[in-house]
Amino acid sequence: MSTKLKLLGVDVGSIGDAHGNQNPGARMFRYLDPLTQVYRKIVVSSDGKKLLGAMLVGDNSAYDTLLQYYSNGIELPDEPASLILPQSSGAAPALGPGALPETATICSCHNVSKGDICATIDGGAVDLTGVKGETKASTGCGGCTALLKSVVDHELEARGVEVDKSICEHFAHTRQGLYDIVRVEGIKTFSELIDKHGNPETHRLGCDICKPAVASILASCFNEPITDASHVPLQDTNDTFMANMQKNGTYSVVPRVAGGEITPDKLIVLGEVAKKYGLYSKVTGGQRIDLFGARLEDLPDIWSELIDAGFETGHAYGKSLRTVKSCVGSTWCRYGVQDSVGMAIQLENRYKGLRSPHKIKFGVSGCTRECAEAQSKDIGIIATENGWNLYVCGNGGMRPRHAELFATDLDDEQLYRTIDRFLMFYVRTADRLQRTSVWRENLEGGLDYLKEVVLDDSLGIGDELERQMQTVIDNYQCEWADAISDPEKLKRFRSFVNDERPDPSIIMTSERGQLRPA
Amino acid sequence: MTATAMKKEMDTVSVENSKTWQKVCTKADLVEFSGVAAWLDSCEPPAQVAIFYLPGHGNELYALDHHDPFSNANVIARGIVGDLKGAPVVASPIYKQHFRLEDGQCLEDEDIKLRTWKIEFKGDEVWIEG
Ligand code: SF4
Ligand code: FES
Repeated sequence: MSTKLKLLGVDVGSIGDAHGNQNPGARMFRYLDPLTQVYRKIVVSSDGKKLLGAMLVGDNSAYDTLLQYYSNGIELPDEPASLILPQSSGAAPALGPGALPETATICSCHNVSKGDICATIDGGAVDLTGVKGETKASTGCGGCTALLKSVVDHELEARGVEVDKSICEHFAHTRQGLYDIVRVEGIKTFSELIDKHGNPETHRLGCDICKPAVASILASCFNEPITDASHVPLQDTNDTFMANMQKNGTYSVVPRVAGGEITPDKLIVLGEVAKKYGLYSKVTGGQRIDLFGARLEDLPDIWSELIDAGFETGHAYGKSLRTVKSCVGSTWCRYGVQDSVGMAIQLENRYKGLRSPHKIKFGVSGCTRECAEAQSKDIGIIATENGWNLYVCGNGGMRPRHAELFATDLDDEQLYRTIDRFLMFYVRTADRLQRTSVWRENLEGGLDYLKEVVLDDSLGIGDELERQMQTVIDNYQCEWADAISDPEKLKRFRSFVNDERPDPSIIMTSERGQLRPA
Repeated sequence: MTATAMKKEMDTVSVENSKTWQKVCTKADLVEFSGVAAWLDSCEPPAQVAIFYLPGHGNELYALDHHDPFSNANVIARGIVGDLKGAPVVASPIYKQHFRLEDGQCLEDEDIKLRTWKIEFKGDEVWIEG
């Protein structure tokens, strides 16, 4: 049991085994300040690694952090006592960026540790750009961008610098703020948004931060084709050419294979197309087939052939629903209790094309053995005898996180409704490029709050969220089918405007029987 | 004047002499607030040029190297156009460095500068000097 409340005007909090009498061998640390009437106690496992319980009187500021350690079983710092010592007495680790040790690698491309970042800030860097310039952090693969930002913001704030939460120099708003403006004012284009709400000190051209973010917001709200003329300049190259740019400037092509189920005929088509256009083929972790090395000018032909064979875009290039991975389920597996493949296909078709702050992955397992690894996904679904258990906010990748159980034994309809609300709430409130896992960790009130909003409709927005999701579903169209039927849109797929030749500097060599960049 | 300085001076003069204005495409080939690539045979060696069209902003037309020095791929025309620190820029689509459209200067690395070409409209035609 963990609670936090005010008793006779005094903050008190208790977490887990607050008295330390349920865990033999547990060790206790206590801090008492008789002047301010503050008392803190933590109960720690005998090896000093896990938090078993805590009691707070007079000041609950450490509660959230302690609860994180407790409920997620996070390993304690070397000196657990530092968690309850007053801030001024040295390192007072709070979770989030502050919890990372100085030695933690933030950017692995450029080998930048948290200590390096602190050193640049102490050396005079006053913002993210400054830190990036000094350390080169996040200028490699870019995978650490969000983490770097949170560490820098945290360190600046810790030094008393007021951190500007604006998305970039063009808007004095956060992503969430812009989302609300777009919804409330019904703004449908970037130019209208920047004319009305942009920073007049700039040229109002936007940049590579705010343009894709606004493109994503507009798509979440109205779901107009991203290749429409007014949206084209907003997209980054992957969305513009509806394919993922690889390091030599070629693209990869990933058609949707809902639930990972594919007919032999379609498999043959993929093979034939790959052969014809010289594409390197690889099976992805999301149960699809990725075809690499497509030249810009070949993309429309490749997609015409795929669409003729019944394929549609897989949105592998977008911040949107990627895949719904499934195990084979009750149809074939002797342990299965529900048709996990059928459900995966339903869900993938329902949410395909939903543009969101970051990519979204699902998994559906046909029984508790969890062969689809659903608990490592943003949305994980595990079949029960009575229906479906829903897990949310899991993640693989750079910072793995187990999804948390959100609701149990839902029938199909309840499952769709709950996911509709959950996803739309995420789209509405998350920061740009924030996966559901990080969003959840930063959400005030945590999982309980999320349950209140989504399951109990505490904000009274449940219907609205469902309606908004329905709009997105109703307006779905395959972006590739839309593009190849429009000569104006196809104009962009030329290597050179004045010359037919393909880019001669793209050179391939062969390895293990396939082509790869030389 | 030293011999090397004279040689340099001569080189620039001869390069300038070899430059000619030529038509590369028409307005309809351009994409507003975005880029396209063009092939220039007249350069030695032939060059790939990224052409950006910003109606109503500054020169409206900008031409810089399509080659991205950080990734060594020819992709600059496919970057996102915007303005940073008061100047129009393009962000490389691969590792996201920014290059000023005016003069090709990289904002993240002062030692890196993309080549630029003079470019303008003649009626509906796009002409480039190179
Ligand atoms: S999760 Fe269950 S139903 Fe699915 S393959 Fe594994 S054992 Fe079979
Ligand atoms: S991890 Fe920092 S740029 Fe790749």
